[in-house]
Amino acid sequence: MTVLTVQDLRAGYDRDLAIVKGVSFGVPAGQSLSILGPNGAGKSTLIKAMAGLVPCFGGAVHLTGQDVTGLAPHHLIRRGLGFVPQTENIFTRLTIRENLQIAAQLLARPRREERIEAMFTMFPDLAARPRSLAGALSGGQRQMLAAARALLTEPSVLILDEPSAGLSPKLVGQVFDTLRRISAAGVTLLLVEQNVRAALALTERTLVLVDGQVAHDGPSAPLADGALLGRLFLGHRAEAMP
Amino acid sequence: MNPQAIIDGLIAGSTIGLGAIGLTLTYSILRFANFTHGDFLAWGAYLSLSLMGLIGGLLAELGVRLAPFSFTLALPLAVVGGIALTVLLALALDKLLFGRLRARGADAIIIVMASFGASMALRSLLEFIYTAQPAYFTTALQIAKPLGLGLRATPDQLLVIGMTFVLVAVLHLIVTHSAMGRAMRAVSENPALAGVYGIDVAQIVRLTWIIGAGMACIAGVMAGLLVQIRPYMGFDLLLPLFAAAILGGIGSIPGAMIGGLIIGLAEAFAVQIVGAEWRAAISFVILVLVLMLRPQGLFGKAGG
Ligand SMILES: Nc1ncnc2c1ncn2[C@@H]1O[C@H](COP(=O)(O)OP(=O)(O)OP(=O)(O)O)[C@@H](O)[C@H]1O
Ligand SMILES: [Mg+2]
Repeated sequence: MTVLTVQDLRAGYDRDLAIVKGVSFGVPAGQSLSILGPNGAGKSTLIKAMAGLVPCFGGAVHLTGQDVTGLAPHHLIRRGLGFVPQTENIFTRLTIRENLQIAAQLLARPRREERIEAMFTMFPDLAARPRSLAGALSGGQRQMLAAARALLTEPSVLILDEPSAGLSPKLVGQVFDTLRRISAAGVTLLLVEQNVRAALALTERTLVLVDGQVAHDGPSAPLADGALLGRLFLGHRAEAMP
Repeated sequence: MNPQAIIDGLIAGSTIGLGAIGLTLTYSILRFANFTHGDFLAWGAYLSLSLMGLIGGLLAELGVRLAPFSFTLALPLAVVGGIALTVLLALALDKLLFGRLRARGADAIIIVMASFGASMALRSLLEFIYTAQPAYFTTALQIAKPLGLGLRATPDQLLVIGMTFVLVAVLHLIVTHSAMGRAMRAVSENPALAGVYGIDVAQIVRLTWIIGAGMACIAGVMAGLLVQIRPYMGFDLLLPLFAAAILGGIGSIPGAMIGGLIIGLAEAFAVQIVGAEWRAAISFVILVLVLMLRPQGLFGKAGG
């Protein structure tokens, strides 16, 4: 079953200048998808448009069969689309627990504490000092809190923008371990990453975005040959390659 | 020096602090300095005055004085209605003016200038409807009762101080401990992220106006009850309100209250030491000092 469908999506910050120029793809439930591409290709803009943070000028986004194009972020999360922005993805002036409590507010009252505790079990680092300000967390711990916040409501699709950006190699490993567990739990995962090798190893399928358009869409494994991916980034098409 | 300045300062400070709460909340959540906030105080006072006349006329049995206070039961009932109408005024202004500018992504300075213009219009409208003559909630004379240590206060004055502390404590508890308060703090830090977390930001914006305009109405009624009601009462309070909000640290409810009390006390002592004509300059001096020495205010976070 296709849980997420993007059809000929056009989006951007200014109506006269589309950054995402007609992107289409579908994601079956439980699949994990990498979205790769050079800097400025429009990867963040694409997923922000899907999450309701950037205006859509044309096309459609369907989530579990329903048209959700242009819905505000707080409506999308109620329909099961979780989004973790690239930067500023936690409230630093609130405590760790308060960050989770805000997300838990979307759940029925009896389930709130249960899901917060489930997140503390999944991310023991966060459980150590739940009442300290989230701004005091390290970079890796912040990404964990951001992921925990998004996972708390058990979204059917989780979209993450460069969760490993700016982290030390050891923490990158931790973040990808976490993502692997999330994916193994059956969550449909969309991952924008600069850390190409780790993203290809984690996900089944990869979409390459160049200049706001899909340059390639296929299984991740063959792209592990860096040369192929490099040529795709430069705008060559896969079928034209030796 | 006359110790009575302490009581005078606490009373003026209560009104300023309560008024500054709305200012500090709109500043931290909507990110602009709202010049119409002073006019919410004045409109709140006048709307309550009109309702009091209406209620008193319809239900004569409410005309009995609530001893030991100077007013009848019609006043507290009228204030409830006055709060509702002041809140409607603020919500209408947001829908017609500020909200439209926000939706277009207007710079804060544009919204500030719009609020400045709206403030002049609101004030003129008040003067047109009610004239510039001062009005009074009550003409009953009250005797100030001795409190010990040479201090004296009327029952109305003590009620104002007590009500203020209760309101501020309740609001502070709500903001620090309820889901609603958490959502308000989240929107104040990052509105876009708040949406991603599932918060309905438009609802939090409405809530901010409701609390701010509600407190402004109560502050206006308090000022009107203790002194008099004039169309310019809110405008004249604007500088002390801003000084209190900034001194307390933008976004902090107890900060606004303590800021208000400090401004009120400083004004009262300045009147005794250097003369009444310097009262208005005190807020300005404090404002400039805070902006130079500790721009984040007493309870604000640096860089926040
Ligand atoms: N807030 C914004 N307002 C206007 N233009 C923007 C904004 N954010 C990004 N852009 C423009 O959109 C284009 C695509 O940016 P986007 O952030 O989507 O790229 P990206 O693929 O995520 O790049 P990176 O790998 O560097 O994160 C760029 O040309 C950028 O200048
Ligand atoms: Mg990006």
